[in-house]
Amino acid sequence: MARIAGVDVPNKRGEIALTYIYGIGRSTAQKILTEAGIDWNKKTSEWTDKELTTVRTIIADNYKVEGELRSEVQMNIKRLQDIGAYRGIRHRLGLPVRGQTTKNNARTRKGRKKTVANKKKATK
Amino acid sequence: MSRSLKKGPYIHYKLERKVLANIESGKKTVIKTWSRASMISPDFVGQTIAVHNGNKFIPVYITENMVGHKLGEFAPTRIFRGHAGKKNKGKK
Repeated sequence: MARIAGVDVPNKRGEIALTYIYGIGRSTAQKILTEAGIDWNKKTSEWTDKELTTVRTIIADNYKVEGELRSEVQMNIKRLQDIGAYRGIRHRLGLPVRGQTTKNNARTRKGRKKTVANKKKATK
Repeated sequence: MSRSLKKGPYIHYKLERKVLANIESGKKTVIKTWSRASMISPDFVGQTIAVHNGNKFIPVYITENMVGHKLGEFAPTRIFRGHAGKKNKGKK
């Protein structure tokens, strides 16, 4: 198992394995591998030590990943909350931020369904 | 979809004029505006602007962090008072 940016990267095709790092998706992974000159389909266990270090340095120099990226996202949310912007308020309430409807669904933000006892069925 | 750079940020011309007049005279009078879509430019920092929310004017003190946002983001148009029958309402 190869260790990159503080994460254990599984033994899969390089293109896929790199996406296990927070902040790297398929497209970024492909860019990194092209820059490092490694075949996308080469499994991580077959990488030489030299290839591994090039990938490590490319990520360290050009990309914000893992903890650093997570804290940046948190800082952005915090800023919105501190200035009292609408988006910040929505973050605070745990409701969708980008104008989605909340009459139904919106379960990703609101969490598991909270059943209300004796809730009247809508009459009218 | 973001706004074309060629046009520059949208600021209602009368609002901008009032802000600049305020800076020139060094006053800090509250400026009332209905122009919620106006972007906050760096000139606005330190001013208080009363933004209309459809019902009344909400005073917004502009800080550095707010630059680049729009005035309407700071004057909510809906007030959520909690759901019916919910005990100990978290009124604020």
